[in-house]
Amino acid sequence: MSNPTNNAPAAHSAGAPEESRPSLSALLLDPSFWADWASVVGLVGLVIIFGIAQPVFLSVANLQALLLASAILVVLSIGQTFVVATSGIDLSLAAAVMFGAIVLGLVNAAGYGILIACVLAVLATSAIGFLNGLIITVGKIPDFVVTLGTLSAITGLGLILSGGEPTMVGSTFLLKLASGSFGPFGYPVWVAISAVIVAHIALYHTRFGVHLLATGGQTESAGALGIRTNRVKIAAYTISGFCAGIAAILLVARIGSAEPLINTSLLLNSVAAVVLGGVSLFGGRASILGPAIGALMLTALVNGLTLLSVSAFYQPLAVGAIVVLAALIMRYQK
Amino acid sequence: MSAVSPSSASDAIIACDGLSKHFGGVRAFTDVAFQARRGEVTAVIGDNGAGKSTLIRCLVGVHVPDAGSIVFDGREHPFSNPDGARKAGIETVHQNLALIDELTVAQNLFLNRELVRRIGPFAFLDRKAMKREARSMLSRLSINVPSINQRVRRLSGGQRQAISICRAVGSGAKLVVMDEPTAALGVQETANVEALIRRLREQSVSVILVSHNFDQVRRLSDQIWVMRAGKMAATVRASETSGNELVALVTGAA
Repeated sequence: MSNPTNNAPAAHSAGAPEESRPSLSALLLDPSFWADWASVVGLVGLVIIFGIAQPVFLSVANLQALLLASAILVVLSIGQTFVVATSGIDLSLAAAVMFGAIVLGLVNAAGYGILIACVLAVLATSAIGFLNGLIITVGKIPDFVVTLGTLSAITGLGLILSGGEPTMVGSTFLLKLASGSFGPFGYPVWVAISAVIVAHIALYHTRFGVHLLATGGQTESAGALGIRTNRVKIAAYTISGFCAGIAAILLVARIGSAEPLINTSLLLNSVAAVVLGGVSLFGGRASILGPAIGALMLTALVNGLTLLSVSAFYQPLAVGAIVVLAALIMRYQK
Repeated sequence: MSAVSPSSASDAIIACDGLSKHFGGVRAFTDVAFQARRGEVTAVIGDNGAGKSTLIRCLVGVHVPDAGSIVFDGREHPFSNPDGARKAGIETVHQNLALIDELTVAQNLFLNRELVRRIGPFAFLDRKAMKREARSMLSRLSINVPSINQRVRRLSGGQRQAISICRAVGSGAKLVVMDEPTAALGVQETANVEALIRRLREQSVSVILVSHNFDQVRRLSDQIWVMRAGKMAATVRASETSGNELVALVTGAA
């Protein structure tokens, strides 16, 4: 986020090294500060509340479990962020995860190695993303309609391929991936951390990242400057699909089988994490750390409520309330 | 008032002859000859619908003329689309400015021309170099913005116009085309943008300026071309004409 500055153009200030920083109190009174940091403020708030209400929440074991549980959502939120940054939305994200899991399970069950199964799963979900992007840009159909259609189509395709039955995946590689750890974190957490780092570099330190934000901000202006906006959008959806593939591998590793009918809140939570992370749904402004922390926050919410023995029925209610609240705060973003 | 006179092609950055453009049955302009000299500000004026915007769009590759020739920098028919025109060295300051509100001043100045450092197969943005360059681009044209790290959204209309012009000039363009650069600006901002265009002239940047404002055109330009009802009606040196004469030329009362 850029530092707020006074608007008076002082002489030669363009040549000055940096603008002055506003005071801390001014910062805390500025609603846009809270909007920009909603996910961090929310996470810290939840950790304090749950930590007081249930000290077990702050135990190392629980925090590790929390991070482990958030890995899949973090990876998905990153994928969703790239699409939302182009002012699009990928509603087929969670369905793609399921489809990738089924491909993984079936390829593995057919006797191919687990690595081939994983690669094919990621290729399949990336192809779904590519197709989404292609139909949206070349077909000039709204992203909402296209990805809603893909959601339904690949859910059906997954059911057809799997016959509606779960496929057990007994692989030592996946078992290690799910349960092993390196240093303080389990492998899935490291996967999520790597995804955050790579995505952050792609967004902030490459031409692609700038072109992505330009395309999301003002597609026509970006096009007038020679940016190939259709390609950028297709790339964003393909990245989203790729992330769905990684999430599929993590999911299969976590539950030990490929389930075609597993009902998850991954789609809504991925969008919720993006909103909490301060990414504009109108495109043009995005961060990676924000949605990742948003995903952590949503997982912490579920984790804390569970520890407090609140019925699982209340969890979607709490998530929904927080997301709408976050969206309200976002109105104050500059 | 002098007739539309052909002069030697060597001092023209862009010259066209016999240019016509029709849209279906609608005639935008017919048999137009026009040229802009190197290092000068050349203005095109005319009433609404006189054909000046279409002429400009033909020059920068948005439209392909039906007939006639365009010679840019010694090359005939140099491009068939806006991207080709940009690569050949014609930068357009669009009426909508083509700025990205959510990106910073520096990012906008280098949009799609980003400086990168290569590390192995990867290319990373050289943000330091871009910020340094952006500062020197702005200071070369004495453009004041609060900070190059500021989002363009928060700049005033005049500052946005200046950024857009700065980007066009900074790309090393041989010719900068501006379509109504002060149409949406207040008095003070118009003065700032006019000062900027004057600095471009001092630095011998070739500029084509489309404007409705006759006084502005006389203040800023070296040569004025007048279009009327799809024809090139006249061309005059700005120093040798008056506001009344321009009005007469535009309306056809002369």
